[in-house]
Amino acid sequence: MGRKLLLTNINVPGINTFDVYHKNGGYASVEKALKTLSPDAIVEEVKKSGLRGRGGAGFPTGMKWSFLAKPEGVPRYLVCNADESEPGTFKDRYLMTYIPHLLIEGMIVSSFALGANVSYIYVRGEMMPQIRILEKAIAEAKNAGFLGKNILGTGYDLELYVQPGGGAYICGEETALLESLEGKRGNPRIKPPFPAIAGLYGCPTVVNNVESIAAVVPIINEGGEEYAKIGIGRSTGTKLISAGGNVKKPGVYEIELGVSCEEFLYSDEYCGGIANGKRLKAVVAGGSSVPIVPANLFLKTINNELRLMTYESLADGGFVSGTMMGSGGFIAFDEDQCIVRNTWNFTRFYHHESCGQCSPCREGTGWMEKVLHRLEYGHGKMSDIDLLVDVSKKIEGNTICPLGDAAAWPVASAIRHFRDEFEWHVTNPSEALTRNYGLAHYADPLPKKEEVAS
Amino acid sequence: MKVTIDGISIDVEPGTTILNAARKIGGDIVPPAMCYYSKLEGSGGKCRTCLVKVSKGSEKDPRPMPKLVASCRTTVMDGMEVQNITSPEVLEARKGVVEMLLINHPLDCPICDQAGECDLQNLAFDHGTAKTRYEFDRRTFHKIDIGDKIQLHMTRCILCYRCVFTADQITDHRIHGILNRGDHSEISTYIQAAVDNDFSGNVIDVCPVGALTDKTFRFKNRVWFTKPVEAHRDCDHEKCSGKVTLWYKGEDVLRVTARKDVYGEVESFICNTCRFDKKKTSDWVIEGPRKVANWSVQTANHYEMLHPLPVVKTNPVLQEANKNQFERETRL
Repeated sequence: MGRKLLLTNINVPGINTFDVYHKNGGYASVEKALKTLSPDAIVEEVKKSGLRGRGGAGFPTGMKWSFLAKPEGVPRYLVCNADESEPGTFKDRYLMTYIPHLLIEGMIVSSFALGANVSYIYVRGEMMPQIRILEKAIAEAKNAGFLGKNILGTGYDLELYVQPGGGAYICGEETALLESLEGKRGNPRIKPPFPAIAGLYGCPTVVNNVESIAAVVPIINEGGEEYAKIGIGRSTGTKLISAGGNVKKPGVYEIELGVSCEEFLYSDEYCGGIANGKRLKAVVAGGSSVPIVPANLFLKTINNELRLMTYESLADGGFVSGTMMGSGGFIAFDEDQCIVRNTWNFTRFYHHESCGQCSPCREGTGWMEKVLHRLEYGHGKMSDIDLLVDVSKKIEGNTICPLGDAAAWPVASAIRHFRDEFEWHVTNPSEALTRNYGLAHYADPLPKKEEVAS
Repeated sequence: MKVTIDGISIDVEPGTTILNAARKIGGDIVPPAMCYYSKLEGSGGKCRTCLVKVSKGSEKDPRPMPKLVASCRTTVMDGMEVQNITSPEVLEARKGVVEMLLINHPLDCPICDQAGECDLQNLAFDHGTAKTRYEFDRRTFHKIDIGDKIQLHMTRCILCYRCVFTADQITDHRIHGILNRGDHSEISTYIQAAVDNDFSGNVIDVCPVGALTDKTFRFKNRVWFTKPVEAHRDCDHEKCSGKVTLWYKGEDVLRVTARKDVYGEVESFICNTCRFDKKKTSDWVIEGPRKVANWSVQTANHYEMLHPLPVVKTNPVLQEANKNQFERETRL
């Protein structure tokens, strides 16, 4: 049984209320941090913990905090990115629904560490129930003296606001989020300047994912070094994975980083294997924007080593044979799923969500969607496959924000690994409409690496 | 600060962008720019045609930048080395961007008023491919009138946001902007309001394509049949410089625009009175013929006539230019 840090008390009845949460050791980190630690010591502690951003990019949180500019007389802000809209990811919603106080607690400690007196939680507009829950939790914490003026008599003031988003995926990009928070159209800003220098209202700002902020609580409670003991290498601590797709037990699991992919997928403690006795075909390991990998490459790396649920191991092999940790939106596909259709569906999403600011993404996502639609519905041509690869290459890396990359990677990787399925859709258009390609060779053991004569 | 672009070094002020440094050098190494406009603060970074490769970050930190960067929004560092036309990667990316810009563009140049002075046309000619790989319907919009002098043909728009910045910074209030998102986004006014402002006509000049056109000039003539002449008048509007280009056809002034430099940017903004209402030669003091680059189609039919136009006959500067041009043409 893996260790749980965030979801320890998830099954305690009434944990979403302040009283029960406080009774179960909640808000201990606030007392510890505000009364015994200096802001710099907290940043140092987070740095020591090796916590990496849980929103997708995996950038070390402590490092991000230490980059924050601290000019005199200018307010600093902490913004929590709860605009979770990635297809496949639902961990933040789960956290906010069931233990909202964990996020509030993390916000107080993080804001104190960064010297922010006003902090925002930017919640996706569709999550209205969660917004209400957070507002209630903030009111409860305020009544108990954990928010507002002079928190716990330490002289530290913090106002926490919940801001419902406008309902766009792009507002999860940090600079677009800040634009949206300022009340403007949610277009990503052109970087530099980075938010750590000029963010919300031109002031230094840190934007962190819900889970990153929640993870600060156990780090402060137990100490950064203790936290860093969990996990392997540079992937420390625990991570929430929202498992979905054709698994037996979909849901949000907290794993210790370093659990093997096989164990996560097949053990009864986690996903419990593939539903209905079917076989695994492909996996999207971290939300729709990460490269999709076939079953054999998901369980083993290209060098025939066991693949682990860590930032490094999932990315082993780069884009050729690896994938990414992303935001932890784990989607498993069984043998009856059509990869072409799935890729089309993802692309449709990115086409719909592109903000339209820069040309490669605005035009390219729509183009890819149309071509994939044609392939899926049996009007495709052989040349379309190469066209897709080329278009995705033209988008990737040439856009203002990472949405262009996120739109390009699933397409490029699906074609790289499942090219014969795409070709089958072209050569057997009528059959493709009635049945799926099936498992084919996607779960076969990986070929042994050929010995190269020296 | 010293910056090297395609092997050519130049000293520039700190805070200069790569694009402006390249423009100081001039020539072929200047990246094309569709959305950047030096007169408009905050513009640029959107069209991605000006992507360049930074092969050496700076003297202090010589690492190359991991991705191609938009040269219009990236400031130079001391000792930075930039590759533009010497990098195949940049050329490939630029080709891709041009293709993307064109897939939803109607390519109706034969009936477009902007043809002949269109940035997108030049860009596509220089960097694009002859054929498109796009086989689907293009996005189309209805033409709408924004104000009585300006027509918006959204189908041609490349969403450079220049007109939005213009309205923000040159006029006193903005009532048009971007609606919707993705490839549905469009420039429009909220519930079809009319753009009515002393400086609203400048959006026509900043538009790199034929999306915003002058209704007093629409379908009157092709750019290359008209004769551009520099002129000025004493405009009583305090923000208007009164320095314009008059576009003559015969004796008539068909159109008045602000003066544009080699990068298609206006030198100074002009008011609507100068632009739309002063269309007589007697309103203006003529300075001389406008210098048009040799490669431009605008040079066609300009001054090679044996029997000069009446406006030329009465102006010694134009007469001189006409004579020079005539000699050059007939020698060939």
